[in-house]
Order: sequence, then structure tokens, then C-alpha cells
Amino acid sequence: MAGELSGILDHVERMNELDLDGVEPTSHVVALENVLRPDEPRPSWPREKVLEPAPDPDEGAFRVPSPQA
Amino acid sequence: MSDVLELTAAQALERISAGEISADEYFDAYAARAAADDLGAYLWRAEAGSPNGAGDGPLSRAPIAVKDIFCTEGIETTAGSRILEGYRPPYTATAVRRLSEAGARILGKTNMDEFAMGSSNENSGYGPVRNPWDPERVPGGSSGGSAAAVAGRLAPWAIGTDTGGSIRQPASLCGVVGLKPTYGAISRYGMIAFASSLDQCGPLTRDVTDAAILMRAMEGRDRCDSTSVGIDGGVSLPSRTDLKGLRFGVPRELTADAQGIEAGVTEVFERAVDRIRDLGAEVDECELPHSSHGISAYYVLAPAEASANLARYDGVRYGMRSAAAADAEGGLGDGIAPAEADLVSMYERTRAAGFGPEVKRRIMLGTYALSSGYYEAYYGRAQRVRTKIAQDFAAAFERFDYLVTPTSPTVAFKLGARAENPLAMYMSDYCTVPMSLAGVPAISIPGGLAAPDDGGPELPVGLQIVAPAFGESGLLDAAHAIEGAIGFDSAPGSRS
Repeated sequence: MAGELSGILDHVERMNELDLDGVEPTSHVVALENVLRPDEPRPSWPREKVLEPAPDPDEGAFRVPSPQA
Repeated sequence: MSDVLELTAAQALERISAGEISADEYFDAYAARAAADDLGAYLWRAEAGSPNGAGDGPLSRAPIAVKDIFCTEGIETTAGSRILEGYRPPYTATAVRRLSEAGARILGKTNMDEFAMGSSNENSGYGPVRNPWDPERVPGGSSGGSAAAVAGRLAPWAIGTDTGGSIRQPASLCGVVGLKPTYGAISRYGMIAFASSLDQCGPLTRDVTDAAILMRAMEGRDRCDSTSVGIDGGVSLPSRTDLKGLRFGVPRELTADAQGIEAGVTEVFERAVDRIRDLGAEVDECELPHSSHGISAYYVLAPAEASANLARYDGVRYGMRSAAAADAEGGLGDGIAPAEADLVSMYERTRAAGFGPEVKRRIMLGTYALSSGYYEAYYGRAQRVRTKIAQDFAAAFERFDYLVTPTSPTVAFKLGARAENPLAMYMSDYCTVPMSLAGVPAISIPGGLAAPDDGGPELPVGLQIVAPAFGESGLLDAAHAIEGAIGFDSAPGSRS
């Protein structure tokens, strides 16, 4: 794995050949800004439905091992 | 009855509305084919006579195969990952819901590279998919199950997702049509996220008309995905039979100057360009000067986004938790905490056991690229390269209406051929990644057949046609004319 990652990073570093001074970064290609909607309350899913796919649902919550077991 | 399998979906829909075949017969014919799947294309299949998602609408209760990356309420959805084994989502993805509302029924969930990370479908946690043209070869990926199902007549049509080529490349390798729409054309809500600034849903179909029908049903703004904007004026069905007055550019960096394009692929591509000229278009060479850096930028940006998106798989809210598995098996090996785990070791064990090697590789690449000391050198640079690539396309589209390239540098390769060399696998997307980074739509249509460099029977070669953002209607129209002129009517011999 380490060798593979180095190989990939070597390839990626070919970007260093380019002069990118003053080029703005692109994080998103569609020109959208501040997509807003009216703040109207609507129902959420029932708690049971959201808990159903959990590996260890318990009394209306997600049960997890203790952080300090 | 088996002759309905030879119809395009549009032809079948016409016969259904004319009363020549019944919708249920049509569905059941495909349910029977899907049940006999010997390609590994499906992870879940509907029973014949199944009512799931049935609605009245223009799609006449026709069957459709859905990549397993789309959440489907009550139907297991794994994204090809063991970490989501058994996950039954509480809701359905918008793209799938729209298809259901238009009348389609889910025929099955198709196999895929884990979390859509791969170009061969060998990274699925549930086994590989085989190419219907040659079962010793890969179907491409990551939407390999969808492409193989359509090519192998196990589904009339399918949907997939494309982040850097995951619809177009398997469409090319399986000899079907695959469209990656403009980023934002279709809602990503309910589509399990890989790289959110690149992921886009699209159709894999027998022909261009079928792709337009599915696009029409799926595109549109969705309040559940604030990046979805839809396509102004919708998508019209293609009818064009010539290309008079259109200008096509052939980017040198992705054709003549590219390394690793097989001779057979180049030959088919050049013949297709001749057809485009015959149809009345002007064809000229053009430049996308930064596209050769596409793979570098993509393999920083996509893993970076993936490393954040995949943080949610922690054994708490859905999917598997490995503490229980470790109890049963007596631990997971050296260096991994014993059964009485605390929270952090539960996370670690779940992720160690649940993710496959390619997903782990990309999470490591992504977190490395985002780490504070390297952020600017990798992530920041890659975002700037992305800007340059988008500008290259903008400049090319000032001179040209469409660009054409081969979709994949090679025809389908043998199972295992690139499994040991991730970088060689990544190069499969050399011609498709730049369009994803620029967010522009691109379609792959079958261009012809070519013999692989390593010998054996001829295999499909895809032609990629690229349009400016939100130019889907024109793109489909042009692709329709080219499809007619090429007249590709071969099908895999292994079916019957």
C-alpha cells in the first residue's frame, strides 16, 4: 500500500509543472451562491424509522460502546 | 416473447401503449432474464409480477435497473460495500422517485465498485461483474453492473452515476450508450455520496433516444439538493439525422498526443470522425491544454471529498458494526483491540473490516491531501488546475459546438489485469475525467468494434461527445445523428 500511494503522489505532483499563480481555485462548477429557501417547518421522519437501520438502537437512541471502556 | 428483449425501451413503450404487448409481460420477460443473471450484474432483483414503484405514467410500468448507490426505501442498498450490508434506507433517492412517478418499476439493484471507486467493477464487496462480450473481461466501472445488464439484455435500460467516468467508461466497454449530464442537472439527493462536487446521475441505455427519455424524467431542481438546478426548457427527444452547420473539435491532448490509446480504438475513433464529416459537420483539431493534468487533479479532489463523505460510516447509525463480528470470530488479528472495545476501537474495527482496499487507499490519499501541511500543495493546487481545465473547455466551446474523443483509451481488459496497479487503473478515466472536472455533459455511444491489443475477439469501442453545460438536448440530438450514421447493431454473442 505505501508503495502504491507514493506512486500515485508522484503522478499527482506533475501538477507542479504548471504555473498557477493568480488562478482562482474551483470548488464547485455551477455558478450558485447562497441558495435559500423559506424557513418553513415541515415534519421530520419518525424516530423509529431513522433508528431502524442502526446496528444497536436502544430506547429511542443509538447505543454505542463507552468512550472509555 | 423473447423478441421483446431485442426492442429498445422506446420501441417497447410504443408497443405497450398500442396494446401489442402488456406491461406485465414486458416486466416479467426481464425479471426472468435478471433471475438468470450469470454476469454478477445484480445485487438485488425484483420478483416477476412485482408491483414495486408501479405508477401510471409515460414509462408504462417498464422495468429499470438501478445502480446500488441509489437509496431505495425498504430495498437493500449497499453501494457495493460490505460496510452497508443489510442497509434498508428509510427513503428513496429523488432520481429514482422521479422515474417511479413517471411509471417505471425497479427491476433490480446493480453491482458496482465499492462507493463508486473503480474502473473495472472488481472493487465491489460482492464480487466482480463480467463483461457480456467476454466473461473473462471487466465491464468497466464503477457502474459496471448497470452497463453489463443493459448490454447483456438483463435490463432494457439502467441508471448509474459518474464522478470521473463511471457511466461513460463502462458504457464504452459494454457497447451501450451512457450519458453523464451537466453537474446539477439531476438531484443527488439519496445518491450515496462519493465526491460531492463531481457526482452526477445519468442513464445507460440501448440507444440515444432511450437516454433522452430517462433524462427527461429525472432532470430538474429538487429542494432536497441545493446544487440541483435542472435543465432550462427540459430535454427534448432527439430527431436530428445530419450535422450540417455544426462544428466539432477533436482535442489533441485526448487523441493524437495521448499516450496509451490502443491502435484499434484510434482506428474506430477516426472512422467515427469521418462519419461526423459525412453528416455535414466541420471537424477541426482543437486544444484542451490542461487536460493531461486531469487525472492528477482528480485523484486529489475526489479522494479528498470522499475522505470527508465516508466519515459517516462509523458503525453507529446504519450498516455493520464490527464489534459483534469480532466477538464471534475472536478478534480481527494483530494490532486490533480485543472484543471489549471502547468507542474509538469500535470505529476502527468497523472501518477496517467494512471497507475494501481501494476505499481505504482513497481515504488515506484524501486525508493526506487535506492535512494542514500539505493542503496547499495538493488540494489547493488541484482546485486551481480544475479552474484551468474548465477554462480550456470554455475556450474550446467558443470555436466548437461539440468535442469528440474516444471514451476509453482501451477496450475491455481482462479481470485482474490492472488490479495490482492502481495508477494503471486510474488511467482508464484519462479521457473522461476532464469533463467531470469542468462539469460539462458528455455521452458515450458505441463507435464500432476493435480487437484488443492482447488478442481475442473484437470488443466495443465508445465515442465520447461533449457539449457545453446544460446543452443536453443538442448533445442528444447530435449523438442521435452520429448513432444513425455509425449504425452499430452488434450485440454480445454470449447472450441467448
